[in-house]
Amino acid sequence: MVSKVVTVVNAEGMHMRPAGMIAKAAKEHTDSEIVMKANGKEIKAKAVMQIMAAGIKKGTDVELIVSGGDEQAVLDEFVKMFEDGFGE
Amino acid sequence: MTTLKGKGVYGAIALGRISVFTRREASVKRTHIEDIEAEKARLTKAKEKATEQLRAIYEKALKEVGEANAQIFEIHQMMIEDEDYNESIESIIETQSVNAEYAVAVTADNFSEMFASMDDAYMQARSADVKDISNRIISCLSDEGGSDAVSDEKVIICADDLAPSETVQLDKDKVLAFVTAFGSSNSHTAILARNMNIPAVIGVGTELLNTVKSGVFAAVDGYTGEIFIDPDEETVARLEKKRKEDEEKKHLLQELKGKENVTLDGRKINIYANIGSVDNIGAVLANDAGGIGLFRSEFLYLESSDYPTEEQQFAAYKRVLESMAGKKVIIRTLDIGADKQVDYFGLEKEENPALGYRAIRICLTRPEIFRTQLRALYRASAYGNLGIMFPMITSVSEVEKILEMCSEVKEQLKSEGVEVSDKVELGIMIETPAAAIISDKLAPMVNFFSVGTNDLTQYTLACDRQNANIEQFVDTHHEAILRLIEMSAENAHKHGTWIGICGELAADTSLTETFLRMGIDELSVSPTFVLKVRDAVRKCDLSK
Repeated sequence: MVSKVVTVVNAEGMHMRPAGMIAKAAKEHTDSEIVMKANGKEIKAKAVMQIMAAGIKKGTDVELIVSGGDEQAVLDEFVKMFEDGFGE
Repeated sequence: MTTLKGKGVYGAIALGRISVFTRREASVKRTHIEDIEAEKARLTKAKEKATEQLRAIYEKALKEVGEANAQIFEIHQMMIEDEDYNESIESIIETQSVNAEYAVAVTADNFSEMFASMDDAYMQARSADVKDISNRIISCLSDEGGSDAVSDEKVIICADDLAPSETVQLDKDKVLAFVTAFGSSNSHTAILARNMNIPAVIGVGTELLNTVKSGVFAAVDGYTGEIFIDPDEETVARLEKKRKEDEEKKHLLQELKGKENVTLDGRKINIYANIGSVDNIGAVLANDAGGIGLFRSEFLYLESSDYPTEEQQFAAYKRVLESMAGKKVIIRTLDIGADKQVDYFGLEKEENPALGYRAIRICLTRPEIFRTQLRALYRASAYGNLGIMFPMITSVSEVEKILEMCSEVKEQLKSEGVEVSDKVELGIMIETPAAAIISDKLAPMVNFFSVGTNDLTQYTLACDRQNANIEQFVDTHHEAILRLIEMSAENAHKHGTWIGICGELAADTSLTETFLRMGIDELSVSPTFVLKVRDAVRKCDLSK
């Protein structure tokens, strides 16, 4: 298991588009279980509605936890998505 | 053969199969089921079908509106696959032994409730997305047999009535005709039909939906307002002949392309086109309009799930201006409210929306929205010949505020080093009796007037546009309306301001001569009416 804390940089927070991107990426990594911890909640990265419902706003710290599969590579990929502000 | 009759709002003939437009928010019945596994299999099948539909919509949107706007349909596909959502549906089927439709509907309510209760307006609006995907699954569950919805055949759409948001979602290439049980000739269905050049019959009454079935062959006569369901051979032959003649007549009008809009005695007038989306530019050019007299900017807001950004708007306006290659393009600022609602604006439901919080009233009280649009417009102004028009004006002070904001935005952009045209014309809609009555004071403030006859009629005659019951009281040629237009024209010309008409009345060729005599400088009509009005202008002789 590997993990890293990232900060949400998008002005709009984790709205529909970022949530969709995360869920899509999470589903592609079938060997890894990817969980996000934010606002005291544990969220499955492939559950798009959970991510949206968590209402994660700009500036929130999110802990990314990856277990199984190519853990470090998957974690890096997700960290990069957050850092890039999901291409926004 | 069954014959029904309503009011024809666009003269044309169509023959084809009927597709009954069903609102996806159909009421769901709770029924007890025995075979839980079979029910779950039905659900899986419906979900697959829904996902397939969304994939097709995504592909279509990708081509038409670009990736950023199409992405929503990809996310909708993911929402259908969402684990929590599916667990909830399956557990309701299992524990309560109920039908899948019911389980989906309950789950939809719970999930949309969850979003609606969040403290973020954006997330609250997502409850509509949950409802949308759920309704899609429910409709896939209910029409497992029929597949006419996905056919490539063009169809005659039958509905009780169509809301503006519903017409936006229709695939316009697949519509042969509109037939509605209710609605007035000013309803959006009617306007859309005229834009698309296809027959429309409205106000057929409740028997319409009791009589028609999807897949049944029918013929629609938009001239007489008749609908022949399962017509006999003789009727088919008669209407097919009429349809051909109709096309030939329209073909003759095509020969007027490239000719001037000039009366027999030499008076020239501009004939422009009204459009509601970038997609209609093709029709504007194909019908040889001299410019765009009314570009409704609402589509940017109606088709979006959040406020369109300055960049998105700029891109759309720039595209229109560039496509029109130096011809005049008059873009009307946001006219939301009344019959055009957008969820994310969070507008309250009003007792009397036509007299309520709409159009310029929203723009003046929520200047951040207005400023974004003005910035996008001025930025686009460098790419063509732009006019900006403001709707629902009633007073001098409103126009003062607007002009002040316009010059602020313009100066701001210039200070940012952005290229802005100095030739942007500013104009106002004359669509309230107040604006017409004080047109002497408004005329010196602006470059042009454009008379919106639909609203001007509604407000002058106190007749609700959407109310089919009072259609008989709506006299669009009422002397009061014509006097208001004449008065506005006189006042405009006293101050060197030009005046056009962009409402439906502009296309009424029985009034073309009247308008010319009033000195109207421009008529802006649906693209498909440009040549018809040109024909009327060329037959007028004002010297007599």
